[in-house]
Amino acid sequence: MDDLLADFLTEAHEGLTALDSALLRLERTPDDQPTLSEVFRLVHTIKGTCGFLGLSRLEAVAHAAENVLGRYRDGSLPVTEAGISLILSSLDRIKAIVAGLEATGAEPAGDDAPLIEALNAAAEGRIAAAPAPEAPASPMDVAAEAPPVPQPVAAAPSPDAPPAESAGGIAAPQTIRVAVEVLEDLMTLVSELVLTRNQLLQLARGHHSDAFAVPLQRLSHITSDLQEGVMKTRMQPIGNAWAKLPRLVRDLSHELGKKIELDMRGAQTELDRQVLELIRDPLTHMVRNSGDHGLETPEQRRAAGKPETGRVLLNAYHEGGHIIIEVGDDGRGLPVERIRAKALANGLATEAELAQMNEREVLRFIFAPGFSTAQQVTSVSGRGVGMDVVKTNIEKIGGTVELASKEGRGTTFTIKIPLTLAIVSALIVEAGGERFALPQIGVVELVSVAGTRPDGAQDGAPHIERIKDAPVLRLRDRLLPLVSLAGLLRLPAPASEAEGFVAVMQVGGQAFGIILDRVFDTEEIVVKPVAPILRHVTMFSGNTILGDGSVIMILDPNGIGRAAGVGADAPTEDARRAVTAAQGLRSNASASLLLFRAGDETPKAVPLGLVARLEDIPVERIEMSGATPVVQYRGALMPLIPVSPGWMRPEGAARQAVLVFTENDRAMGLMVDEILDVIDERLDIQPGSGRAGFIGSAVISGRVTEVLDTAWWLSQAGEDWFRTARPATGRGAHPRLLMVEDSAFFRHLVVPALSAAGYEVMAVDGPAAALRLREEGHVFDAVVSDIEMPEMDGIAFAKAVRAGGAWEAMPLIALSSRAEPADVARGRDAGFTDYVAKYDREALLQSLQDCLSAPLAA
Amino acid sequence: MEQMATAPAPRAAPPSSQREEDVFLTLTVAGQGCAVPVLLVRDVLGPQAITRIPLAPPEIAGSLNLRGRIVTAVDLRLRLGLPPRETATAPMSVVVEQAGELYSLQVDQVGEVVPLPASGFEPNPPTLDPFWREVSRGVHRQEDRLVIALEIDRVLAIG
Repeated sequence: MDDLLADFLTEAHEGLTALDSALLRLERTPDDQPTLSEVFRLVHTIKGTCGFLGLSRLEAVAHAAENVLGRYRDGSLPVTEAGISLILSSLDRIKAIVAGLEATGAEPAGDDAPLIEALNAAAEGRIAAAPAPEAPASPMDVAAEAPPVPQPVAAAPSPDAPPAESAGGIAAPQTIRVAVEVLEDLMTLVSELVLTRNQLLQLARGHHSDAFAVPLQRLSHITSDLQEGVMKTRMQPIGNAWAKLPRLVRDLSHELGKKIELDMRGAQTELDRQVLELIRDPLTHMVRNSGDHGLETPEQRRAAGKPETGRVLLNAYHEGGHIIIEVGDDGRGLPVERIRAKALANGLATEAELAQMNEREVLRFIFAPGFSTAQQVTSVSGRGVGMDVVKTNIEKIGGTVELASKEGRGTTFTIKIPLTLAIVSALIVEAGGERFALPQIGVVELVSVAGTRPDGAQDGAPHIERIKDAPVLRLRDRLLPLVSLAGLLRLPAPASEAEGFVAVMQVGGQAFGIILDRVFDTEEIVVKPVAPILRHVTMFSGNTILGDGSVIMILDPNGIGRAAGVGADAPTEDARRAVTAAQGLRSNASASLLLFRAGDETPKAVPLGLVARLEDIPVERIEMSGATPVVQYRGALMPLIPVSPGWMRPEGAARQAVLVFTENDRAMGLMVDEILDVIDERLDIQPGSGRAGFIGSAVISGRVTEVLDTAWWLSQAGEDWFRTARPATGRGAHPRLLMVEDSAFFRHLVVPALSAAGYEVMAVDGPAAALRLREEGHVFDAVVSDIEMPEMDGIAFAKAVRAGGAWEAMPLIALSSRAEPADVARGRDAGFTDYVAKYDREALLQSLQDCLSAPLAA
Repeated sequence: MEQMATAPAPRAAPPSSQREEDVFLTLTVAGQGCAVPVLLVRDVLGPQAITRIPLAPPEIAGSLNLRGRIVTAVDLRLRLGLPPRETATAPMSVVVEQAGELYSLQVDQVGEVVPLPASGFEPNPPTLDPFWREVSRGVHRQEDRLVIALEIDRVLAIG
């Protein structure tokens, strides 16, 4: 049997039963608006669903009845007894058709024209007598006054149905409907049972009595199975509620002549069955609305410069004890002005009130009953019933619905539903003297760590290192940012960080570690929502009762990630760019690095190519010029900058280690405590603490090392110092350079060197970005480009530049690690002005000077 | 669980003219007599093991387990701006229900269930602390002391 049809039949029965009583109530109190709205909604839902199932008879009857009800609801037609009778008789017709559908799987044949005619007449105000019921099709008596005969439940097929009919009919699945409270009670009992079992197991661990061991184990297993079984009765993947949607969207796109693509994500997200049932209709309404109102026609989309096919996105995921469902489209967005006008016309708000409202508040009017901005009423939507129902149903289950819309860009509804019930497996951990439950979802691994050693010595166990105050952990040559749970929760930190644990978490795309004092055990816990007055504490997703009867708070990894600033949902464009930059910093090229120590224990590194000389200067030669220490060096005064703040002149006949950076005849010295080593190593820089003077940190020779931001230190030596050192190109302004280099490491290496030499440098990560700059009309004096790059290499880039456009005659300098004569020739053929080995700083500066002075000389 | 009494029953059947909503449970917080409507009270408990909740407002003492239900404990002294309790004395818990949630009011002493007829109530004196005026329904005169009838909804409107 068609699942869709079975669902429809179940719904239709429920709807019809509710309709019967509502209509009778309406007849007694014709002016009761809520009842009228309810009746209208029920009929609307039936009509909507059968339209998509291709049940044309049902749809026609329901549509006609809805027209009449719509006029009742608007108040443009008084509710009369005759009218109600007419509606009831159309309900009977619907029931008859549904009964036929149930028996044979198809709509029975029949003529509804007289009934529809009568309904249309009623809608126009001409009340006609209710037509006689269609004799063969209707098993029901048309008796408006009589209480409705209860319909047999879909799940219980009539036993005396003729076998011939049931063969061609629908084999209803063997299900029974159980009141949700029964399941709820069952669930509570099972939760208690689980807790008691845990308690028993905990007790049994202390005794060594074999007599209890076997039955206890059995009890434990049965409890687990029972728990799983009861959970299963309640949890369903949300995909079940989406099953109808592809069909719905397909039909919708045919009906409306639009191209619609439905993108469904997170269909496996499980949620409570009851919740699922309640959001099914709202979701259907919303997807229909997105397709009907949200998306434009292919012509309109083309005109707006969008792809012809519109997209409707459904996305579901768990977040902090809630289920988030997003329904979005990339259509025209909500017309704010029209909503404003309509709200005014409908009397929902006065002009003064509207003037006070921001766009967001205005948009929320679409949730008001009877609100629709569709110009025409189609059979799909536009009667203003949808969003009203959506909001009511979602709020009924304690959820919220938010919307964000941008005109021309689309609309996204975000539904947030509390996940009231779930058993999860959690680690019981301790931090700051308190116990917490950490859900195992999201915990990648658990690392036992030694604390920070004051002597800096290392043994086998990994230990927490600190960059400034930020704790990090080296984990398989990766730097893992850490957060201290005790610190985050403002609990007293343990006296010593002698040992502890780090729970490595993966939240969204980000990995981070949580520092814990102790880890006890894993336990199955029943997530209970926290009291409303604690909802604002986002660090917890709920609380629970442990096996020993104590209450424990459940940590929310998302909340922790957010609080620590490492979470996945900091989706600002800047943050995302920072992440890509971090990835870009990886370079396969190894570089010579000078390692030194200054101030604290953390080793520091600087690319050796930038350092002119290493000097060991006797302290007595260091003189003060104002507040700046200087030294007479090669016939000039060289300023000395200490890397560690608060530099004191060393006592006695000590010597001061200095890294000398030179430019033409100028020099500046960086004072460090000790030069450690020069090594060749691949650099994997993680953007760091934001500490001034350092690009970030990297693992070098197995230790966390801070990488010096040379440009920053050069600027510390005084701006004047570099301005005079600028190469004399005779142009006055800084020559503008464009650096095309896929390796961020080299960008960081070369850009400061070039800036220090007085150029204004812009760096991009590839030819594509460079050519975009050309299209945007940027002008440079020269381009320095790498050769080996993914997608488009430097040779192709040079050819593209020389092929024409604004940059046709610009000097192009190749910077490549491959500088064999054949490579150089190939580069020159492609149009490079010069070819410099990577990374010969002097040669590059010389080449630039040559290139830039050439046009002047010509 | 050290349970004192379940929903203390009124000592004597109140006079028939007495409406149920006029019956209160009296309690003492830092020497101040208070009263909560007995209809809201679900339980009265002795000292309990309470789990602290980090980052919660200071007046939230933590949460406790009441027969499988999690109850949020509110320190009534801190909530009412009274001096904190000496650590040596253990508080009593008056468990009340609000909007389907259970809250435990941590008090110094629990008194008795008494009818406080509406006629005995005086409006809040205008000199009363503005916050107290907000949480107090009115002041009831008794022979030996004054009792503040607490507006539980306001008391629990924390954060």
